Amino acid sequence: MATETLTLGKALNTGLRRALETDPKVIIMGEDVGKLGGVFRITDGLQKDFGDQRVIDTPLAESGIIGTAVGLAIRGYRPVCEIQFDGFVYPAYDQIVSQVAKMHYRSGGRLSIPMVIRIPFGGGIGAVEHHSESPEAYFAHTAGLKVVTCSNPQDAYVMIQQAIASDDPIVFLEPKRRYWEKGQVDLEAPLSEAYPLHSARVVRPGTDVTVLAYGPMVRTCLEAATAAAEDGRELEVIDLRSLSPLDLRAAYESVKRTGRAVVVHEAPSNIGLGAELAARITEECFYSLESPVLRVTGFDTPYPAARVEEEYLPDLDRVLDAVDRTFGW
Amino acid sequence: MAKGDPGGTTRSRRPAPRSKKGAAGNPELVQLLTPDGERIDSATGPDGTEYRVDFTDEEYRGLYRDLVMVRKLDAEATALQRQGELGLWASLLGQEAAQVGSGRALRSQDMAFPTYREHGVLYCRGIDPIMPLGLFRGVDQGGWDPNEFKFNMYTIVIGAQTLHATGYAMGITMDGKIGTDDGEAAIAYFGDGATSQGDVNEAFVWASVFNAPLVFFCQNNQYAISEPLERQTRVPLYQRAAGFGFPGVRVDGNDVLASYAVTRTALDNSRHGQGPSLIEAYTYRMGAHTTSDDPTRYRIASEVESWQAKDPITRVKAFLEKQQIADAAFFAEVDEQARRESVHLRERVLNMPNPEPVTMFDNVYPNGSPLLDEQRATFNRYMESFEGSAH
Repeated sequence: MATETLTLGKALNTGLRRALETDPKVIIMGEDVGKLGGVFRITDGLQKDFGDQRVIDTPLAESGIIGTAVGLAIRGYRPVCEIQFDGFVYPAYDQIVSQVAKMHYRSGGRLSIPMVIRIPFGGGIGAVEHHSESPEAYFAHTAGLKVVTCSNPQDAYVMIQQAIASDDPIVFLEPKRRYWEKGQVDLEAPLSEAYPLHSARVVRPGTDVTVLAYGPMVRTCLEAATAAAEDGRELEVIDLRSLSPLDLRAAYESVKRTGRAVVVHEAPSNIGLGAELAARITEECFYSLESPVLRVTGFDTPYPAARVEEEYLPDLDRVLDAVDRTFGW
Repeated sequence: MAKGDPGGTTRSRRPAPRSKKGAAGNPELVQLLTPDGERIDSATGPDGTEYRVDFTDEEYRGLYRDLVMVRKLDAEATALQRQGELGLWASLLGQEAAQVGSGRALRSQDMAFPTYREHGVLYCRGIDPIMPLGLFRGVDQGGWDPNEFKFNMYTIVIGAQTLHATGYAMGITMDGKIGTDDGEAAIAYFGDGATSQGDVNEAFVWASVFNAPLVFFCQNNQYAISEPLERQTRVPLYQRAAGFGFPGVRVDGNDVLASYAVTRTALDNSRHGQGPSLIEAYTYRMGAHTTSDDPTRYRIASEVESWQAKDPITRVKAFLEKQQIADAAFFAEVDEQARRESVHLRERVLNMPNPEPVTMFDNVYPNGSPLLDEQRATFNRYMESFEGSAH
């Protein structure tokens, strides 16, 4: 297996390059994705190599990006749209929810909109307002959209290609604070044999508590598991990867063994992914549970000022605190 | 060119009527047929473009037939709603000329993006008028394959389709399908109310900077439900185009000939690589916004009457009679065809089956979803639990 060490950002860049090479109908569009290579450089060098007809710098209008991408999809293209930051996706929300998500249904299955909407999401980079949000619940709640997120360079490289190859419209959330973290990436394994896109994965086996996370929180939870192990407690960490549809087969199996579950995400708790996960696990694993499913999340405030975001975001200590509390029942 | 009247068989062209100053001297409104049925030889747009049509008698008769058919089918749909057979209907009454004129101006390779009121354009594309009625009857979402008919699905969210049309037109350019007579173009339909939407203004920007082969066709029917034009704009709508960097023209939207001429010219300019343009078809919504609306609450009868005098069909009939292009037998035959087709439409609407409830789970995703599979199975078990019971 030929692997290379790549940052998560470079893995995405390489995956996008592969997608452009593989299918001439794939196009990339967004603000500053061309010469600049995107504000996070995820599309670095792609316009230079594939031209400005395939890597398109758009006017500064998010609804326009998604709305024109719908038309391009009707025309037979496979648009990969970049929204520059999580907090800037809302002008496009109508197009995403009322058009992208519903056109296949509206057409009675005759038309597909094979679109990927890439959104850097989450906090932890010391940014100003609107640059650190976690809007996944808005999209996961919408029928007709699929929502995925990657937590490491290998998944980033594979999942972006799988999302582009899928005929479903997919919101692809990128954990922006992990863009610079490195990992081994297998660049040669065929996509057709890759781990399925909409499947969760156990990233650390354990016996005592099941911890469910996705995107930027996976690493936080793995660190918590390492710390817990020093105290003699084995956490099983599951990277959900797909937020819609959720794949909870591994979670159910795990919770039935451990009897305890903690859900971790940056987004606020109220009506969030954690609520859905807690409900589903309770329904499926009721007789195995030793404690309620607990949530470790951001608070129900607007995303706060950067100097207090460390207190807002779930971290190792808050995860371990919740783990401890599952033993308090 | 018109439905049922393949042009070119009897090309006996009528000598061009005498040029009238009227619209030619009024660049605010392109008009080729007055409300009294007087033909105007040519009319000049604000940018100096000269508009004219050169139809055979048969083509003139075809346009008349289209107008009558479209109005009759629309009236039938309104009646079906009143009788409880449709949940809702958005009537095009009064806008027949704008829709037939522009619809017939499309070439077969062109793509149209309608709102929910473009029944006349749909008809002129040769599409079965039953197709959108599933949406209004509530038996489906009104869907079809846009590429099969070169006619996108009806879009209900105001203005959203203008961006879809823009993207599609960008795709035409990317596919290299412009620059020749065989080139393609797209047309986006919307109303005066939609011009206030962000999406429409974004579509203007995008189409402009990408030089998209797209015609923005605004039917200014004077009302967005109850709100008059004055609540949407301080300038004539067609003049907005200048600020976005492409030409705009206002046409008499109750004049099928002028509507045809400006749309044909605009589409051909687009297909030859000249980019987008805006047409404001100045017309009037004679009926309610939809069957749920009551226009007597916000407009006076005399206003409606003044527009009745500009009726799009009356003037064509007057012209055909005056020029002896059609006789009483023709008009009777058209009426009879319209009656027959509307009865046929009614019968088919009444025979539209209700969908099986479980089909609501179908076609949410091209690749399906385990969540929906689970919900479908649960739903089926639940429904089966009633079998054999008194329910």
